[in-house]
Amino acid sequence: MSLRKFITNKTTAALAVLLTVFANTSAFAQEAAAGAAAAPKVDMGEIYKSVIFYILIFLAVCLFIAIIGKSIKVYELSREAQGKPVGINWNRVHASLFALFLVLGLYGVYWEYTVHGSMLLPAAASEHGKKIDEMFNLTLIITTIVFIATHILLFGFSYIYRYSAKRKAYYYPHNNTIEKIWTIVPALVLTVLVLMGFLTWRSIFFKVEDPNHKPLQIEVTSEQFKWSIRYPGADGIVGTKNYKLTTATNQLGIDFKDINSRDDEMADEMVLPVGKPVKLILTSKDVIHSFYMPHFRVQLNTVPGMKTFFEFTPTKTTAEMQQETNDPNFKFIILCAKICGSGHYNMQKVVRVVSDAEYKTWIAEQKTYLNDDLRKQFNLPVAPAAPKAASDSTAKDSAAVKTNQMALNK
Amino acid sequence: MSTIALHDEHNHDHADHGHHKETLISKYIFSMDHKMIAKQFLITGIIMAVIAMGLSILFRIQLAWPDQNFPFLETFLGKWAEGGRIKPDFYLALVTIHGTIMVFFVLTAGLSGTFSNLLIPLQIGARDMASPFLNMLSYWFFFTACVIMMSSFFIQTGPASGGWTVYPPLSVVAKAMPGSGMGMTLWLISMVLFVASSLMGGINYVSTILNMRTKGMDLWKMPLPIWAFFLTAILGILSFPVLVAGVVLMVFDRSFGTSFYLSDIVMGTTILPNEGGSPILWQHLFWFLGHPEVYIVIMPALGISSEVISVNSRKPIFGYHAMVYSLIGITVLSFIVWGHHMFVTGMNPLLGGVFMITTLIIAVPSAVKTFNYLATLWRGNIRFTPAMLFAIGLVSFFISGGLTGIFLGNASLDINLHDTYFVVAHFHLVMGSAAIFGMLAGVYHWFPRMFGKMMNAKLGYLHFWLTFIAAYLVFFPLHFLGLDGVPRRYYAFTEFEFMKKWLTVNVFVTWAAIMAALAQVAFLFNFFYSIFKGKVAPQNPWEANTLEWTAPVEHIHGNWPGEIPTVYRWPYDYSKPGHDEDFIPQTVPFSQTMSSNLPHDFEGNAEAEKIQQDWELANPVEENKG
Repeated sequence: MSLRKFITNKTTAALAVLLTVFANTSAFAQEAAAGAAAAPKVDMGEIYKSVIFYILIFLAVCLFIAIIGKSIKVYELSREAQGKPVGINWNRVHASLFALFLVLGLYGVYWEYTVHGSMLLPAAASEHGKKIDEMFNLTLIITTIVFIATHILLFGFSYIYRYSAKRKAYYYPHNNTIEKIWTIVPALVLTVLVLMGFLTWRSIFFKVEDPNHKPLQIEVTSEQFKWSIRYPGADGIVGTKNYKLTTATNQLGIDFKDINSRDDEMADEMVLPVGKPVKLILTSKDVIHSFYMPHFRVQLNTVPGMKTFFEFTPTKTTAEMQQETNDPNFKFIILCAKICGSGHYNMQKVVRVVSDAEYKTWIAEQKTYLNDDLRKQFNLPVAPAAPKAASDSTAKDSAAVKTNQMALNK
Repeated sequence: MSTIALHDEHNHDHADHGHHKETLISKYIFSMDHKMIAKQFLITGIIMAVIAMGLSILFRIQLAWPDQNFPFLETFLGKWAEGGRIKPDFYLALVTIHGTIMVFFVLTAGLSGTFSNLLIPLQIGARDMASPFLNMLSYWFFFTACVIMMSSFFIQTGPASGGWTVYPPLSVVAKAMPGSGMGMTLWLISMVLFVASSLMGGINYVSTILNMRTKGMDLWKMPLPIWAFFLTAILGILSFPVLVAGVVLMVFDRSFGTSFYLSDIVMGTTILPNEGGSPILWQHLFWFLGHPEVYIVIMPALGISSEVISVNSRKPIFGYHAMVYSLIGITVLSFIVWGHHMFVTGMNPLLGGVFMITTLIIAVPSAVKTFNYLATLWRGNIRFTPAMLFAIGLVSFFISGGLTGIFLGNASLDINLHDTYFVVAHFHLVMGSAAIFGMLAGVYHWFPRMFGKMMNAKLGYLHFWLTFIAAYLVFFPLHFLGLDGVPRRYYAFTEFEFMKKWLTVNVFVTWAAIMAALAQVAFLFNFFYSIFKGKVAPQNPWEANTLEWTAPVEHIHGNWPGEIPTVYRWPYDYSKPGHDEDFIPQTVPFSQTMSSNLPHDFEGNAEAEKIQQDWELANPVEENKG
């Protein structure tokens, strides 16, 4: 209520406004005052000082605005007292500001498109990704044209048709022809976009499987906050799993009663042969995650209790991408795009796309999920399941597997 | 057609708003007067908006300076920001509660609740809502929902933090994150109360509009905000119960061990017993509300801006019927597009294709509305009141955000854009900016009607320009982060090499957000100062046609002393040729405006047309039409 008193007592206007602002931010102001008083004695640290600094700047700006406001008022009142026309034609001011905003805004859009637009993902590294990119470019062109045209009209009209006491607006309640045109034209443009989008979508998710050219199956299991990858082994089939079989040694709950599971291999990175179709089998252990590989234009949620599938063909190797992007450190990556808990922001895995030959050497070195511990657990003979694993996996015990899994957990 | 329904069952004195009979409690707290309830909704909405905006500044600080300590954060947040750095769990809580408050409490209750309550009786000519008691309950349920939601900041495990869409299993399994404990329970309770509030409000709005219009106010003479509120209320009534159903199932899953949304879950090595449910079910139920919800948010804003743009362009809204039909089109279509939030959730891809088609169709009525706004401005005589500035800002944001929606509605593009910053940018342009601007336009426009005082126009100008510029600076660059594949709800951009280049953009965006937040101080000061100290408002400050400006400035219970005015014409007779003023209120009969009547005005009433013709033949003859 002291605020009211100050104003009614005709204290100077600027002071009143300053105090009002002070009252508004009294909590901050008090803190600021306390901080300022304490500053010489105790070292409050750079950042704390800077908070006060910004609050003071804000108060100063408020004061400045209040002074400007008051001087405008004084100016207008004096004009009025002298019987001259109104001091500031605000309609003209706003009309000009809109025109200015249009010009600066268009430049800003241009700047964004060129500067930030050049910082985006490189061209798609997968077959379907190219189609998505084309679709994107078409949509971008259409929407940019509409965006610029409508904004020129919006701010242009605001400028041209600003208020004038001499003019009367044009009474124009409707025009059915025009309305039909601007219903039908957007409808037609959207039909084109819908059709193209629909065909692209179908080509991504409805693939006819070529029996001679079966895609490479890879199973991905997500959990807080890591990805586990399972390669199908020599049989080319990822075996079944059952969440009820999950134990500390069998973290994915793989069912080794299924023969297809026994040669399944683990990997701490995803390695893909270039030019070969890959069928991802996506599953989740705990909550929903989203398997996202932006460079390949691949994203699909991993849902507990449900398998999801995404088939795609990488077209560029990591080495080629490194050349293309001029970045020797370039890596394809997997991210999590669906909120999944505190580690959501750091749930990554490297993807390496290599030549077919490199892939074959690499995959031969990977260990199977099945180890001696699990063999005992599933009553399987403690003997190599696949001949190629004999060289090392049986020699080393499960400890080696465990370290490997810990690396996986990273 | 109901006419002068004297809705006065509760013994209030009409002519006297006096303090003899009304106590402080019955006038300001448990009020059943729609105008007071509107104010309650508005002020609660503003308080919630300020809180939610504060939360957004907190997480923007984290995003901009992930490696720095801010001791003041620890002062405010205690253990959630130990050492002056927000913890990842609390970061997620911040984004979750920011979203929940903004979408439900600010943009649904604060916007629809305020203006439906204020304008429906005043613009259709009713003494009050159909059920004032239900209306009061609606506010108090909403208020309780707000209090419960905020109370979750004061519990050990913190507020719900699974995102405002609270997807299970993350939100159901308490082990998944701390926020899924007590905080989530409070979220669900709060949401049930909120939905109850929305339903009571919605039923009231619909029945008031259908039954209590004054004499002459047929549906096609209703101002566009009323159409918007009407259709919004229908949307809410039909979709909110589905959310409650979903919420109840979630409560069962969380507290009674059912498995509606859970199946095959292993937390670490603990195997949960739930079997047979599907997390996708929640998404269907949630988005069956969730998508209509975004239209519940934007349609009142569009209605308000239609009115404001027409009044301040001094021109009839272009294509009144087209505006109404496009609102109806949006209402109907919004029920069959929810799947576009689920293109990549593993839902059958066939459904994805269908939802893409329905989604992109909804762009057509939206485009019609935009073009009609532009056509209304064309050859207008535009007065840039603060409300008009915000309405123009709304159109700009609606265009920008609507166009980015065309990317996201396209299933194949959504593969790479889903859950990235592109989505964040998109819905902050349409909801966070356009709908908020509609709300602010409404506040500036109807403040004189609400409080009988004028707001300071110059502070309004300052508020608009700062907010308008800052909002674009905040949200435009975010699209590019999304196009680079940066997912949303990331606590820090430090763990991925490719995101580091966006850190400078994040700093810029945070400064722009702080600027936008500080600009709101101009509004808050203006708002609260003007309630007490503003200039007294004239009867019809904007020279508008609608009925609310015929009611006395001084609030009285029952809105009009004596009889409710009769309506003779549509609400958009601005700058009609032949009339001496540039507006003709709805209460002016055609007999008083013989010089400006058009054949179209008589809607095929042969007698009236003849009278008009006679009058035109014998020009200076004074005649009355029937």
